[in-house]
Parts: sequence; structure tokens; C-alpha cells
Amino acid sequence: MWLLEQADAAAVLPEIILAVIAMVLLMVGVFRKGETANFVNLASLFGLAVVALLVIFGGSGRMTAFGGAFVVDTFARVMKVLILFGSAAAITLSVHFMKEQKIEKFEYPILILLATVGMMMMVSANDLISLYMGLELQSLALYVVAAIDRDNARSSEAGLKYFVLGALSSGMLLYGASLIYGFTGATGFPEIAAATAAGAGGLGVLFGIVFVIAGLAFKVSAVPFHMWTPDVYEGSPTPVTAFFSAAPKVAAMALLVRTVFAPFSGLVPDWQQILVFVSIASMVLGAFAAIGQTNIKRLLAYSSIGNMGYALVGLAAGTQEGVRGVIIYMMIYMIMTLGSFACVIAMARKGRQVEEISDLAGLARTDKMLAFVLAMLMFSLAGIPPLAGFFAKYFVFLAAIQANLVTLAVIGVVASVVGAYYYLRIVKIMYFDEPAPGFDPMHGEVRLIAVLAGAFSLVFVLIAQPLVNLAGAAAASLF
Amino acid sequence: MTLATLFFYLFSAVMLASAVMVISSRNPVHSVLFLILAFFNAAGLFILLGAEFLAMILVVVYVGAVAVLFLFVVMMLDIDFAELRQGMLNYLPVGATIGLILMVELVLVVAGWSISPDLLKTVTSPAPSVTDMTNTEALGRILYTKYIYYFQAAGLILLVSMIGAIVLTLRHKPNVKRQNVSDQVARGPATAIEIRDVKPGQGI
Repeated sequence: MWLLEQADAAAVLPEIILAVIAMVLLMVGVFRKGETANFVNLASLFGLAVVALLVIFGGSGRMTAFGGAFVVDTFARVMKVLILFGSAAAITLSVHFMKEQKIEKFEYPILILLATVGMMMMVSANDLISLYMGLELQSLALYVVAAIDRDNARSSEAGLKYFVLGALSSGMLLYGASLIYGFTGATGFPEIAAATAAGAGGLGVLFGIVFVIAGLAFKVSAVPFHMWTPDVYEGSPTPVTAFFSAAPKVAAMALLVRTVFAPFSGLVPDWQQILVFVSIASMVLGAFAAIGQTNIKRLLAYSSIGNMGYALVGLAAGTQEGVRGVIIYMMIYMIMTLGSFACVIAMARKGRQVEEISDLAGLARTDKMLAFVLAMLMFSLAGIPPLAGFFAKYFVFLAAIQANLVTLAVIGVVASVVGAYYYLRIVKIMYFDEPAPGFDPMHGEVRLIAVLAGAFSLVFVLIAQPLVNLAGAAAASLF
Repeated sequence: MTLATLFFYLFSAVMLASAVMVISSRNPVHSVLFLILAFFNAAGLFILLGAEFLAMILVVVYVGAVAVLFLFVVMMLDIDFAELRQGMLNYLPVGATIGLILMVELVLVVAGWSISPDLLKTVTSPAPSVTDMTNTEALGRILYTKYIYYFQAAGLILLVSMIGAIVLTLRHKPNVKRQNVSDQVARGPATAIEIRDVKPGQGI
């Protein structure tokens, strides 16, 4: 029987279980009387934890399923655990926020779960069709959660903007995929690699690669496909923004890594030049455009554009060390950004969210802990040793230098010095400006995530070795 | 073969005529109806080519969904089509030029069309000959076996779009009265009728 041969089922078991949990919770949410959001939230978190355990302990080595459309290797496992963690954090951060903003809906965790299924499919995609399927499943759920505060014009605008531009980028990606299929005659990554190695393609495949990278660059919000990011980040409810900047970025970056290495490992010089340009443009724009921002969510949006630029430095190196750098970067970036957004969620006065940077003035005197955590995260994002962000940048720049991309690394260092200005400005405002009125007391789970993220960036230097080894093993599984 | 040729010219002629009517008829509802006629004739052409699955999809999707949607939009929106069409004669030369250029380009592309012989060897799932099995059967065989993963993923995507549409638009109004069939069926004289003894000259 072709259907669900055992090996196939074993490889996709985590995805199947997560999808089934989402559907069961949907039924629970629809049919259970009374308040269901809390129960669905808790059950979703439980489900994510179970699936994470399954991913970690569900076999090792490389498994493929469905005729090679789906692949599980160490790289996929590491990225999937990161994604599951990011999704769990997004649900956790939303619990009280949604209640206070009166937009509590049981569909929110379910959409996050389904987006997570899509992201896991993206990470494991080994075929142009499964790549697109995973990407669309994830994106569609994200468009909806961006507009989940449907009575708020800004949230609806964010959702609509994201949807229209996302559809455009999907179109570009599909066009590129059709060119690649047309010139190599295959959609599977190994078959494409074999066809290009045998000399098929040429200019047509290069065109295809350009369009596919353009589509994926949109999803990681790399320049010049970043325009949606600040508006969508600003308009969406803050926990949704936190989610956008964490798990989907990791998934899209993992997909980009696999897409350039698995089918096009023989064409490194061709796609390397594209990635070098995208990476330089993202780093520079991220550093300069953030300086003038007054809204903290917009600032973090530009910060995330810049961070994607740094991560792409590692990918542009086109080596195994480069991929290791990307994995470490995404790991650290995700935790730092979740922590930062937890701090933004904590910025509420009398039940109303405030988002201006000036609202943070003198925070050190009204809430010492929050100020310290946010300061640590900002120092870390700025890349100041010995915090986590420094090591993230260190590994990608190291890979770039080893691949003889010294100019790229130098531009990266300069951009990160420029970027340090606006991160440090936040610290200065919190510690040296006249205090603004204090914020409402933080909810326990928001405080927990902020403190954990702050602690992670502080003690990363102590736990770096096993994480770097893990990233190295994950990178090795791609080559 | 003559019968097939006859039908080809029949379908083509009706299709072209109805396509002209789509853009020239005065009443927008007539336009949409002519569009549906054009779709049916295109489906007929597909059947002549042996692509019966495409023909079915054309009828189901374009006639069944898209054209009906058009019809709804045309009927529900108050658009003054006469006013919209006022400048048509002014724009005709430009439109005709663009159409001509497009046609020349299409002719050039199709005339120079050739498929690299290498590609036919590398195609992952080549379509079986129509004599072996029908299009529909070939698609069904591959869709539910080799491509079951994509099929299920597409199902999940549709589920998300459904949830999304409901989350973003459904509003629960407390005062809406809904029909409840089981309540209606369970209703009998005992619950529906109340007999009061009304004294003459007094109200209830």
C-alpha cells in the first residue's frame, strides 16, 4: 500500500499529531459552552510540548518520506524545536494581553498551531511543491492573526497589507519554481541538484533561483523586500508581532538555507552574489532606518530587518561554517527578540498599551527588574561582549571571513556599530531620563519570558559550547 | 474525423461570437451569461483535445463558481455600465493596437515553440498515453498516492482559510432568532396551545 507506509508515517508523525491536536481543539472551541480560550491556550501549549519531545526523541539520522518530498535530518530537528518554542512563547505572551484588549479568541492559539505545522513542513521541505505548501499554510495563518484585532483599523490594515504583499511574493516564488521545474524537469531537490550537475538549466535556472530567493527574502523581510515589516509589526497586536519576529523568521531562514544548499549546491557563486547584496542592504537599512523611529515596535521591526541581514551573512558565505553561524544566529536572535517583545507587552498604563520609546523614560527608577532585563537584551542585540548577541555575530562574520568575503564582514561590523546607537539610546532613556509614570505590574508569564531571555543572553557564554556543537552537527547534516 | 472537425468549428465559432458579445452587449447580466456560454464552448474544445479533466474543471470552477460570483457582483453593485462604456470609441484605436501587438507576439512565440528533447527524459511523472487511461484516472492515481502529502497539506490550507474567514467576519448577535428544526418538530398541542377559560365580557 502506497498510503502512509510506516517509514513515511514515522517521519511526519510530529506534524500529523500537531495538525490533529489543532483540529480537535477547534472542535472543542466551537462546541464547548462558555469560556474556552483559556482551556485551548493551555491545551495548545501542552500539545506543542508533546510535539517538541516527539521531534527530539523521534528517531535520529536522516529520514525521507513521500517519495523524497519530506526530509527529517538534524538540521530540521533543531529548527523545529526552535519553532515550537517560539510558537509556545507567542501563545504564552498572548494570554493576558488578549484578555485585556478584549480580543480573546480561542482561534488564536489554533491558528498559531496550524502556522506551526506549516513552518515544520517548510523546514522539512525537500521538493518545490512541499516548500510552497508549507509556506502557504504558514502565511495564510499569519495573515489572519495579523488582523485578529478586527475592530481596530490598524490591525486590519496590517493584515490586509501583509496578505496582498505576501500573495505577490508567493507569486514570484511560484514563477521561479516553475522556471526551475521547466529547465531541470524536476521538482525534488535531489533531482534538481542532479540535473544541474549534469549541465541542465543555465540561465533559466538562474532566473528561477533569483525569483525563489526574492520570494523567500520577502518572508524573512530582507531588503529590498522589507517594506511590509514596520507597518505590519506596528499594526498587529503585540503578542502577534512577537510571534512574527520569532518562529516564522526561523522557519523562513531554515527554508532559505535548505533551498539554496540542497538543490543548488553546485551553483554557489550564482546565488552567493544575490545573498551578499541582500545581506548588505538589510544590514545597512536596518541600522540607519531604525535611528529615527519613535515607536518601539517599529524600531524592533527595523532591528529584525537588520538582524536578518546579519544571519544572511553566514548564508552568503556558502560553507558549512556559514550554516552553523546562521543556526546559532537564529537561535540567539529568536530568544532575544521574544524577550524584547515581552518587555514591550509589559508597557501598559492603566490597562492601555503604550508603544512610544519615550514611555520608557526613567524605567530604571520605577521598575528596576524590567529595566535591567531590557538593558541586557538591548546590549545583546547591539552585539556587546560577553552577551549572546556578540557570539551570534561573531560566528557569522567568522564564516564570511573564512570564505574570503572580508568586505561583507567589514560592512557588517560597521552596520552593527551604527545599529548599536539606537539600542544604547533605549538604555540611556531608561537609566538617565526623567521618569515617566510607572507601568502596570507585569503578568507572571510575561515576566518569566523576559527574565529567561535576559538570563539566556547573560549566561550564553557559559552554555555556548553544547549549543555551538549542536548547530555544527545540524549544519553538517545538510552537506 | 470529419465529425470532430465539424464540432471544432462549431465550438470555436460560438465561442468567438459569445466572446464578442461579452464586451459589446449593453446589459452586464447578458455579458456574464455570454461569458458562461464561452466557457462551455471552451470546455467542448478541451474534450475534442482529449483533455476531459480540464473541461470538467473549466465548467465546475469557472462556470460554477467564478461566473456565478461575477453575476452576483454585477447584480448587487449599482454600477452604471453605460457611463463606464462612454469613452470606448475614443480608446478603441489604442486598444486595437495593443491587441494587435499581443497577437503578433503570440504568433511569434508559438511559431518558434520547441521543447528540448532532454527535458522529456527528466520529467518526474510523465503523463501516460490517453489510450492507456483517461486524464482523470491518471491524475487521481498520482494525486492520492504519490502526492498524498501535498493533497493533505492543501486540505489544511483550505481549513486555515475557512477558520480565517470565520474569525475575521463572524459576529454573534444576541437578538437574532434562528430556526431550530428539532424544536419545531417536537412542538405538539401540549406545548403550543394553552386553553384558558375566558369569562364573557372580560379580557384575558
